Amino acid sequence: MSLDIVVCIKQVPDPEYFSRITIDPVKQTIRRDGIPTIINPLDKHALEEGLKIKEKFSGKVTAVTMGPPSAREVLEEALALGIDDAVLLCDRAFAGADTLATAYPLASGIKKLGNFDLILCGNETVDGATGQVGPQLAELLGIPHVTFVNEIEWTNERDLIVKSTLERGYMKLQVTLPVLLSVVKEINEPRLPTVLGIMEATEKEIKFFNAKDIDVREGTIGLAGSPTRVADVFEHKSKRKGEIIEGLPEDAVKRAVKRLRELKAI
Amino acid sequence: MKRGNPVWVWTEQRNNRLMEVGVELLGKGLELSERLNVKLETILIGNQTRKLADELMAYGADTVYMIEDPRLQTYQSDVYANVLADLIREHSPEILLIGATNIGMDLAPRVAAKVETGLTAHCVDLCIDEDNGIPYLAQVVPGWGGNLMVKIVCPEKRPQMATVRPGVLEKPARNEARKGEIIKVTPDIKDGDFKVKTIEMVEEKAVGIPIEEADTVVAGGWGLFSAGGFKPVEELAEVLGAAVGGTRPAVDKEWISDDQMIGQSGKTINPKLFISVGASGAMHFTTGFLRSKVIMAIDQNPDAPIFKVSDIGLVGDLREILPYLIEELKKVV
Repeated sequence: MSLDIVVCIKQVPDPEYFSRITIDPVKQTIRRDGIPTIINPLDKHALEEGLKIKEKFSGKVTAVTMGPPSAREVLEEALALGIDDAVLLCDRAFAGADTLATAYPLASGIKKLGNFDLILCGNETVDGATGQVGPQLAELLGIPHVTFVNEIEWTNERDLIVKSTLERGYMKLQVTLPVLLSVVKEINEPRLPTVLGIMEATEKEIKFFNAKDIDVREGTIGLAGSPTRVADVFEHKSKRKGEIIEGLPEDAVKRAVKRLRELKAI
Repeated sequence: MKRGNPVWVWTEQRNNRLMEVGVELLGKGLELSERLNVKLETILIGNQTRKLADELMAYGADTVYMIEDPRLQTYQSDVYANVLADLIREHSPEILLIGATNIGMDLAPRVAAKVETGLTAHCVDLCIDEDNGIPYLAQVVPGWGGNLMVKIVCPEKRPQMATVRPGVLEKPARNEARKGEIIKVTPDIKDGDFKVKTIEMVEEKAVGIPIEEADTVVAGGWGLFSAGGFKPVEELAEVLGAAVGGTRPAVDKEWISDDQMIGQSGKTINPKLFISVGASGAMHFTTGFLRSKVIMAIDQNPDAPIFKVSDIGLVGDLREILPYLIEELKKVV
């Protein structure tokens, strides 16, 4: 027996450059031109877990992403890590999607691929940070899900016990394939691509699916299919005093400590 | 008489104790429901939860839908989602608020997908606005970079669903004299419905002072990297008897653990004194401590946005300032 594993990944702006991202006040869209992109960090853990499970039981790992043509970069990176197949869901009609309108094409794309036993996702992305797409995708695929997964214990090839992080503590959950698991970073240490892997990756083909290819239900994708909208972007006004203390360090520190005492903060 | 579709809050219980964030949401829920002149109703799933239902009414719930089943004592992902989605279909709430605990974040998106509605994660403010006389829920989340906030709406689908992190909203006053109604619901749950089965829930004690409970918190950011590391933040915290926190880059650098991360994807805290060290002040960090009593920021860049949300801004080279500050504070605290 072998497992068909799908890993959902996302290309995100590098968090180290977040301060350079601005919002277009007219179009109210996010301006991220020139910001370097990476694979969402937790998605690397999802890829690693997929590869580990394949090594344990044999099978196939397919990475799926939705995004502009440039999102192929993250698929190339995933291929270099050793996954078997890569799929890019790419269509202007997908643009402007909220989490539900992202989950719909992902679900249709995954169904199009055929059989699947296990779907892995990073628990959340560093850009949106909603953590919503995983559970919504599971719902649309009609399979159970577990989020915040930090450990998988295989009872056999179909049954597993997973550990899910709580604020303080954890839950243990029993589940049978097929299932969607959203993983956190404690689950594993992602491998780095090898030179051989990078060379082999250049020979692997990335499949492109557009909206027509995946028979996605009308009115469920892109901005038009998104239940939520951005209505306004506005500046946050702070009521803080905003008092600035500068000058020679020793003197500035003394003045700052004096202010802390006046405000009864220490 | 209150008419119209109600405002709902899912109030999570763990080991038959209400999670604080649910109570915080009741305060906001009450405000929204009064504005809409509709009922504030809560959904309570568990076992033997009568006492909790009384608490919820004391905090403002007009109605508590009480779903009791020994199998639902502990959170069960798919069955909780089914129960909640069925109740939504039956009663058509206008708004549904869910606390963004790890369990709330597991439940909310699944439910939103079931009833095909919008869900806004980690709102920092919620209020009722009007469009041509029709009231709707304005959901405010922090935007990227700068001091921008984004207003999200869900124009067509109902309920309008939102999650809010613990600590973002203030806990309402408890009033034992408040009256409400308990409606017991007995859904038809078969053993086969538990496709995911929670077999164990373990609560661990926190190590040290949890940042959300500390009176003083010192937090470090990326700026410490070029200033020689995180150590001064820990020393500063020790002098002040403070808890240590930080930004996402501080977590990525493994200076602090995940549960010490402050901000939109971390914790929201409201200490008496918050000191930020070497963080420029991106919105997704600053939203995590905006309600602190006094905020002091230390950074070398005088134009850093962090100073706009601070009471006291100390500008200078961290390598020079921090040792002086530690020494000076040793004298006074």
